[in-house]
Formats: sequence, structure tokens, C-alpha cells
Amino acid sequence: MSFLSLKKVSHLYFTKDSYTRALADVSFSIAKGEFVSILGPSGCGKSTILSIIAGIIKQTEGKVLFEDQPITETDLRIGYMLQQDYLFPWKTIIDNVLLGPKVQGKNTKQTLNKALNILEEVGLPKLENEYPSSLSGGMRQRVALVRTLMTDPQILLLDEPFSALDYQTKLKLENLVSQLLKNYHKTAILVTHDIGEAISMSDRIIIMDANPGLISKIVEVPIELRHETPFFVRRHPKYQAIFDNIWKELNKDATE
Amino acid sequence: MKKSQTDAVLFKRHRKQLSRERKYIFLWQIIIFIGFFSIWEIASRLHWIDPLLFSSPSHIYSLLVDKIRDGSMLTHAKITLFETVLGFIIGTILGIFIATMLWLSPRMSKILDPYLVILNAMPKVALGPIIIVAFGPGYLSIIAMGAIISVIITTIVVYTAFTEVDENYMKVLQSFGATKWVSFKEAIFPATLPVMISTLKVNVGLSWVGVIVGEFLASREGLGFLIVYGFQVFDFTLVMASLLLIAIFAAIMYKFVEKIESMLIKNKA
Repeated sequence: MSFLSLKKVSHLYFTKDSYTRALADVSFSIAKGEFVSILGPSGCGKSTILSIIAGIIKQTEGKVLFEDQPITETDLRIGYMLQQDYLFPWKTIIDNVLLGPKVQGKNTKQTLNKALNILEEVGLPKLENEYPSSLSGGMRQRVALVRTLMTDPQILLLDEPFSALDYQTKLKLENLVSQLLKNYHKTAILVTHDIGEAISMSDRIIIMDANPGLISKIVEVPIELRHETPFFVRRHPKYQAIFDNIWKELNKDATE
Repeated sequence: MKKSQTDAVLFKRHRKQLSRERKYIFLWQIIIFIGFFSIWEIASRLHWIDPLLFSSPSHIYSLLVDKIRDGSMLTHAKITLFETVLGFIIGTILGIFIATMLWLSPRMSKILDPYLVILNAMPKVALGPIIIVAFGPGYLSIIAMGAIISVIITTIVVYTAFTEVDENYMKVLQSFGATKWVSFKEAIFPATLPVMISTLKVNVGLSWVGVIVGEFLASREGLGFLIVYGFQVFDFTLVMASLLLIAIFAAIMYKFVEKIESMLIKNKA
């Protein structure tokens, strides 16, 4: 039994007078506690995979099984974090963070304390009454992460959450996220087009082909890299070889 | 130390410049105000314009003082103000309510789309006689006029704003398992608050149009009635005085909406 598995998932986007294939027979499975990256050029359907797992769009064909049960609609055990933070500008930080519990009717004193604790853990103490507009991009993305963690999802879907940040902030946030997810024993799927990010954060990397949205290769990240922080993985002697290998895979169409 | 001193001096100079600019603008506003009324007064006294048709500020002033003293003007003004405020509130709330229904049911919005377009294009004032027949010649039809003139445009503008809210906010809510109604409450409504406030501003003007036209058509009271009455008995001082009051009340209502706006949109970046 696998934790989460996709079985021959295909997806078509329909417009009024045409259609495009976003995914073709995508199958993979993920074990509990694993961190998997989906890497590929833009337009390869990687975000579509996340939307399908999140239950926001319905796949045209195939099955998504979560603990052997098919996912039909948005599942509360799955948390979704978007490319931009999408904090609600009219809500204070604490109200943003408590959005999930509020929607689910679980807004108690306990969740408030939990929120304050996690905010402090990610390095944002005493900011709960500020509005998002007074925070920097990195801080806002951290708030968005806390918001996602508040509903205690078992799987986190991360849709290029660091791509809108500057390089330094991005490296710091990668460290923080990978540490946090390890501490909370979360399973995560990260979508990215950054090879370094994929290698340094994940246990396994699924490489996608742009046309017509299928898996071209799955790369295992060596055990000794998995326990390092993303920052140190990038300086590990084995890093460059993996990077080159993936680079070749991504560019194989261009060289042929 | 020295640096911060010069900074302070520069800041002082900047503030002085700002306040000078403000004074200059205010001065010209006063000049236009006084100039307009004095030219009107002089033109009327020297018979450059017919004083019977265009009256004069001094006549209007003394008429207003008389009518306010005997209380008759206030009764009329109160009635019109009441009708306008009510028409404005009903029109706006009903418009936002219909827009909400349309947003909650995309199919309904598609079905109703051509009808909204037609209703919007139609001059609502032309419905006056029908409204009076339906509601009787009284407050009710005048309030209905004030409301109906703004309801369709409010519906269309607010509904469009609803559909233009970034759908990623909805995605966030959806991932927490939010229903459509909860998404509306948490994201759509607060995100479109600024648009709704600006429709309020437009609706202030529209409701006055509806109510005054309504009073033209069927009324024994109100400022619109006074205008028509003054026209019929050839008392243009009365017409002008009523107009002046309408202008003042409309401006006050507009300012009031602006106050609400600054209260509601405090925390916008």
C-alpha cells in the first residue's frame, strides 16, 4: 500500500474550439514522509498534477489514490501552497493564518496558541496584528506556509513557492521549509523548474517532458544528501554529477 | 547633528510650500464662489438678464429665510431627502444582492445576461408612469424611482467586480474545504469592497435624478414638486432656491459616503 499514488492520470484542457493535452498517462506513487519534486519546463503540466491531487480540478482520465481511497474533491488532509503567497490583504497576519481553521469551524483558543507558536518558529514573532502589506516577500511566503500548516495536512503541495523571491531569501526559506517539514513529519510534493532546488530539497525527483506532459525519468537523490540542509547539499561533492545528469535529461530533445 | 538640522529645515520649507499651495487653491475656490453669485446679482439688478426668469441671489436668499422660518421649506426638503436616502439604500443593497445571487449561480447569470443588458440600456426614467400606476402617486413610487435607477447598474458593476477577483484566493479557500458561500464571504466580498464604495458614490447622484423626476411626475410635496410648481406659477426664485438646496444636500450625501469609504478601507496598502 502506498500513501499517495497516481494511476495513469491524463488531463485535457478544453476551450471553446480546441483542446490541449496537459498530462498523458502519468503514474507514480509516494511513500509517507517522502519529499518528492516534480521538475520540468513550463507548460509540462506539473502544476496541473498538483491541482488534480488537491482536488481543485478533476482529471479527464485515471485515478488518484490517497491511502487507497480515490480523491474526488478537495481533501482536508492535503494542504496547498501557491507560487505567490495570496495572503488576504484585508486580514491581519493572525487572521490570515487562522483562515483554514475558521473555514473549517475549528477556530479555538488552542488553534490561536498553535498559530502563534508556529509563527514564532518560522521567525515571525509579534507580527500577528500587522497587515500583509507591511511584510517583505519572504516573510509573506512564510506566513502562507504557516497558514497551510495550521490545518495539519498530511501532504503538502508546494507549487513553486520560492520562485517569486530573491536568491538569498529563497535559500533561507528552502532551509526553513525542509527543516519544518522534517520536524512535522510531512509528506510533500514540490513543483519547480529550478534543478538545484529540486536536488537539495527532495528524496526523489520526477522529471517531466513538455510534450505531451509525461514523465521522462525519475531520479533518486542519494541517501547522504537527503539529510543535509538544502544549503549544504549544493556544496556536496555529489551534487554536480546529479545536476549534470538532470540537465542532460531536460535538454535531450535540444541536442538530438 | 548638522546634517539633521538642515534636513529639518528642508522639511519645514517643504511643508510651507504645501500649505501655500493649499491656500492658493482655496483662495481661487472662494473667488469663483463669490464671483459667480455677485455677477449673477449684478446682472440681474442691471437687467442684463431677465430677473423674472433668472431671479437673483438676494431674492433667493430672502425667500429661503422666509420659507425656512415658517417651516414649509424644511418639510419639503425633509421629504425629498428621506425619499432619496431610502431609494439610494434600497437600490444599492438590492443591486449588490442580485449581483451576489448571480455570482453564486453562474448558470442563472448566463440566462439573465441579455435581460440585464436590455434593462441597463433602457432609460429607467421612462418607466416613471408605469411605476406610478403600480405603486400609486405617493412616497412609494418616488422611492421606487430612486431605487430602480441605480439597481441595474449596481448589479452589473458589482457582479463584474466579483468575477474579476483573482481566483487564486478561491483556490486557497477551496484547499481548506470552503463552500462557495464561505468563499464569497471571506474573499469575494471583502476584495470588491472598494468597487462597491465607488458605486455608492455614483448611486448618490443617480438616486437624486430618480427622486426628482419622480416628484416631477406625481407629487404634492418635496423639492422636485417645488421646482415644477415654481415653474408653473412662474416663480423662478422658488425654482432656484430648490435647486440650491438639492445641490447642498447632494454634496453632503456625497461627503458622507466618502467618510464611510475612508472608514472601511483604512487598512488598504
